[in-house]
Amino acid sequence: MKRIVVLGMPNTGKSTLFNRLTGAGAHVGNWPGVTVDLLAAKILLGDAMVEVIDLPGFYNLHGFSEDEAVVRHFLETQPVNLLLIVLNSSQLDRQLALPLQLRELGIPMCLLLNMSDEANKLGIRIDVPKLEAALQAPAIPLAAKYGTGIEKVRSELIRLLYEHPKLTQANDAAFNQDMQIELELDDLAHRVVTNPITLPVSATDRLDRVLLHPWLGLPIFFLMMFLLFQAIYGLGIPLQDGMGWLFDHLKSRWLEPAVAAWPGPLKSLVLEGLFDGLGTVLTFLPIIAMFFLLIAIVEDSGYLSRAAFLTDALMSRLGLDGRAFVMQLLGFGCNVPAIMGTRIMRSPALRTLTMLIIPFSLCSARLQVILFVVAATFPARAAPIALFSLYLASFVMAFLTAFIWRKRYRNHEPLLLELPSYRLPTWRFLGFEAWRATRQFIAGAGGFIILGVLMVWFLTHFPFNVAVAGPQTMAGWIARGLGPIFEPLGIDNMLSTALLFGFIAKEIVIGALAVIFSVGPNDLSGVLAQRLNWVQAYSFLLFTLIYTPCLSTIAVIKQESKSRKTAAIAVLWPLSLAWLTSFAFYQVARHLL
Amino acid sequence: MSIPLNQLAPDASGTIESIQAGQELRRRLAGLGLRSGIRVQVIRQSPLNGPMQIRVGHTDLIMRAADAAHIEVCPGP
Ligand SMILES: Nc1nc2c(ncn2[C@@H]2O[C@H](COP(=O)(O)OP(=O)(O)O)[C@@H](O)[C@H]2O)c(=O)[nH]1
Repeated sequence: MKRIVVLGMPNTGKSTLFNRLTGAGAHVGNWPGVTVDLLAAKILLGDAMVEVIDLPGFYNLHGFSEDEAVVRHFLETQPVNLLLIVLNSSQLDRQLALPLQLRELGIPMCLLLNMSDEANKLGIRIDVPKLEAALQAPAIPLAAKYGTGIEKVRSELIRLLYEHPKLTQANDAAFNQDMQIELELDDLAHRVVTNPITLPVSATDRLDRVLLHPWLGLPIFFLMMFLLFQAIYGLGIPLQDGMGWLFDHLKSRWLEPAVAAWPGPLKSLVLEGLFDGLGTVLTFLPIIAMFFLLIAIVEDSGYLSRAAFLTDALMSRLGLDGRAFVMQLLGFGCNVPAIMGTRIMRSPALRTLTMLIIPFSLCSARLQVILFVVAATFPARAAPIALFSLYLASFVMAFLTAFIWRKRYRNHEPLLLELPSYRLPTWRFLGFEAWRATRQFIAGAGGFIILGVLMVWFLTHFPFNVAVAGPQTMAGWIARGLGPIFEPLGIDNMLSTALLFGFIAKEIVIGALAVIFSVGPNDLSGVLAQRLNWVQAYSFLLFTLIYTPCLSTIAVIKQESKSRKTAAIAVLWPLSLAWLTSFAFYQVARHLL
Repeated sequence: MSIPLNQLAPDASGTIESIQAGQELRRRLAGLGLRSGIRVQVIRQSPLNGPMQIRVGHTDLIMRAADAAHIEVCPGP
């Protein structure tokens, strides 16, 4: 099959073009030796099916960053018909370096002068015929965001594929020799680009003066984050609840009667194992979609790099950058999409470190447990203080984790981010990211989550002839075995069995406690108040906050990092930290009081 | 007389004299248009010793002071 690759520096509009060309049919392709996800799509050009592949944005064919290595590796190993090079028209003075380097590969090229709308606004003029002659390649002005020029691109691609029907392997020598192109670049840019004498003070500058103001900048940032948070979860959580309700309904109305006659264990496997596992996966979908929809707007607007500018002073000391902080804050709604959101970071080390701190964000599921237990065991006056201290603990644990692991996941890439001019999102493509992320969540994490739910189901139900989650089940055995470990934390066997359930999803801890104590949810408060003093309760809450993130979070960490080791660290590290914290708290508090 | 870029005050500009960095950083910088002979302008500095915003041609960039210290500029209009 014929093959076209889309190349360009970051932020030149590659994805926008790719989406325009390929519609929603893109999938994540797998290529030998390539560890990052590449989007690929098959489209009909003229009368031929053509595979279009979107390579990561990169600055230099001979550079050392991860993305640059991916591009190089791809071009070294995969023959292609055509390089489709996307350039930002208002930055040709430096972006033309890319076609000058790529020319050496000896593969036919086509240049797309994207963002021509912005160049026009800035008064930048480009001599297209001269450029074509100099680089021996067709060049097409384009505004991918608005679709201007797309038809021209399509017909030019058809013509070029007709002209170059054979796959071409890149000329190997070109990867090794790093030619001095700077003189040629300056000369070329000088000849084909005419800059206006003075730039008008753009709207971006005026906005930046407020949004990046030394004193106002951070308060505005937190306000923006608050609004974003409200928007994502204000809309997402009700949708999630609705989905959960729908599932319960389906279960009680339809599934339960259908399997009523089945033998007990099999019925339970279907109802509490398979169906609940499936339900767990599906209830995440609305929130992931919502998250990616709104994050795409913020990212497109250009504000995300500004957030990095504002918060980097703190985050750089922790080995992170400002974007990590944004994701950490959004993790307070739900960790799962926040971890998927780390995709906006390119450095793998930085991403991994961020994925390790996000699970400490006190998500809304844990909040349900905490609110319930606090209300049951703390006097009304002390309750807000307890709650606040747990939020504080959440930040302390995250920053402590970053601080401790920052050496191991040292990010070698300097913080060099472009501050793009502010842009309005293109509504037409907004849904794409959301749709893609949800699909990937189902494909990448769904199976793992269902398996985990089945495992916990087995532990808490086997052997089948005793009370669910009771002392005679496997879970009961495990809890007894772990007794000596939990005892110094003031957490008894029944509570630790509930924590085992919490591994599936934190919000079911309360439901699990009700099952374990065999009381209705309404009487649970009373039982807890009787059995736990506030020191034990707080120790339990600290442990609940910090310990192993829920199954879905682990599943997406594994999916996003593509590393079992990272997933293992994400399980074991919080577990150890939780134990140490609860231990320290319980022992000190017990002896003081 | 040249000074490191991170010592250039907001609103001041200068011309890059040399970049005293390893090959890797130099290439990253060149990819963003930062090379000898190029004029840069400091737009602002983020509070608490955070990164600085600089303008090269039509591109605005943010970089940390530690990285900017590798870039020697000759202050000028
Ligand atoms: N004004 C303008 N903006 C564009 C154009 N093409 C893309 N963009 C915007 O540029 C930003 C970066 O685009 P994206 O496709 O994500 O770039 P990529 O990083 O190269 O994949 C987005 O906010 C787009 O909406 C265009 O032709 N004109």
